[in-house]
Amino acid sequence: MGKTIAEKIFDAHRVNMPFPDTHVLKLDRVFCHEITTPIAITDLMARGMDRVFDPTKIKAVIDHVTPAKDSKTAEQGKILRDWAKRHGIKDFFDIGRNGVCHAIFPEKGFVRPGYTVIMGDSHTCTHGAFGAFAAGVGTTDLEVGILKGVCAFHFPKTIKFVLNGSLKPGVYAKDLILFIIKELTVNGATNMVIEFTGPVIDAMSMESRMTLCNMAIEAGGTCGVCYPDMTTVEYLWEFIKDEFSSKEEALKEYSKWVSDADASYEKVYEYDVSNLEPMVTFGFKPDQVKSVNEMTGTKVDQIYIGSCTNGRIEDLRIAASILKGKKISDDVRAIVSPATPDIYSLALKEGLIEIFQNAGFCVTNPTCGACLGMSNGVLADGEACAATTNRNFNGRMGKGGTVHLMSPATAAASAIEGKITNSPLYKA
Amino acid sequence: MKNFSGKVLFLDRSDINTDEIIPARYLTEITKEALKPYLLEDLTLPGFNVKEDINDKAVIVTKANFGCGSSREHAPWALEVNGINVVIAENFARIFRQNMYNCGMFAIELPKEKIEYLFENYAGKETTITIDVDKDKIIVTSADKSEEIDFKVGEFDKTLVKEGGWVGYADKNY
Repeated sequence: MGKTIAEKIFDAHRVNMPFPDTHVLKLDRVFCHEITTPIAITDLMARGMDRVFDPTKIKAVIDHVTPAKDSKTAEQGKILRDWAKRHGIKDFFDIGRNGVCHAIFPEKGFVRPGYTVIMGDSHTCTHGAFGAFAAGVGTTDLEVGILKGVCAFHFPKTIKFVLNGSLKPGVYAKDLILFIIKELTVNGATNMVIEFTGPVIDAMSMESRMTLCNMAIEAGGTCGVCYPDMTTVEYLWEFIKDEFSSKEEALKEYSKWVSDADASYEKVYEYDVSNLEPMVTFGFKPDQVKSVNEMTGTKVDQIYIGSCTNGRIEDLRIAASILKGKKISDDVRAIVSPATPDIYSLALKEGLIEIFQNAGFCVTNPTCGACLGMSNGVLADGEACAATTNRNFNGRMGKGGTVHLMSPATAAASAIEGKITNSPLYKA
Repeated sequence: MKNFSGKVLFLDRSDINTDEIIPARYLTEITKEALKPYLLEDLTLPGFNVKEDINDKAVIVTKANFGCGSSREHAPWALEVNGINVVIAENFARIFRQNMYNCGMFAIELPKEKIEYLFENYAGKETTITIDVDKDKIIVTSADKSEEIDFKVGEFDKTLVKEGGWVGYADKNY
């Protein structure tokens, strides 16, 4: 019997099995941000165990509330900053160099095929796009990860999606993952790894694969995974070129992190997605999904383009292509947050920032910002936001507010109309 | 070990998420105790009154996929500082479930029909639940009734409950 990619990664990283179905894995990466890490740090200090297992494998960023908005968030940043300095954690991204964790860490080449990654953040599943096993964990698991470089997991049952055909113009990875979450429900992949395979994935950029894997958690999934291929190698090449004599050699090495043809799956789903339409959420659960056509005309108050789901350069290019030469409706305000400083710089260079500003968007610094209503872009009671983020939970973006999840294209079109609008309208 | 006995709060809905358990706007707190007033603040559920219904409760009984969404361990902490160390549900989101055991708390899974039975027979009445850790039994008591229900928990999870969490265990063993 063959093995899935998750089983292969588990086999290569298993330290031991202290109990039945308890796999303690060696970690290649422990990622940290300023919301869930400080309590781990203060607890380690209180226990007299203020140590780190390997400062080169720990990467940290201030991203949720940045620059700090008050004394409490300033203190969170300070605890993380002081700790990084104290332990010689070189890859610490402070204010000015910081971006959304699941955008900046891949951008810096920190994630490689076959890696094990944890972070105190549920959207850590994003990094599975590189053929890694990447899982969100709580502060205690993070604390042990920082201290010992290990984490315990149950066996990763896997479900596989085979996605055939090709996406229509105006339909993106975001629409596809919303469709998949609708099919699975928010509890459908609980305790499972989700593999995304097939010609649709083969044709996708790394950015789109990250969008897809990012939302695996919204179906309960432990991790979303795409198999490494030449697209993965190309994305990583500037970081790995000294390790391999050619891209082909890198691909050959990374190809060990692909599931065997006779691997065993909990379930296999096969779809031809050639007729998929742009999708959007309603209600307060990410599996409450309809086509944009069914939701057309739904009034919104705010547009938000950004986050670890859709704040990458590809997303900004798509949104800007729709907004070029247009103005947002007088009935809405709109915010765009490039997810990292490099994305921001590139967007400036390509003239995208100018397009957003001319359209009437507020351009913010890279931050998780409005997505979870922790700093800027908070909704008032009764307001609705058209957002490229990942969660539409009740009150997520501000108490009493509603969030409609959608692609950057749909968000841009909705900004122009002031209500939920199908983007292909602007593609003619 | 923590206290695993006391009055029950019934929450009759599936997919209660971490943002409902503890909203993100309170994640700027850096002590667990500071989370106490905000538990379940954003949960809107017919018949549930956040100001009155949490007081003096020690156990939550709910439906499927409790704790879905964010990885925030603030969710178990907010329960813990309110004296709630046990949640019983059909199933849990993976991260929330692990966080509970990592803190030495119980996230007990029961089959759907057992959960339905508990709701039909006890919801709306003053009910007490005690977890017998050694015998793997849930002892349910109301004014007119008392019974025992078996549950299963993995050896790892039970060890974490007995050791009071994952940090101490990991420090000794890795």
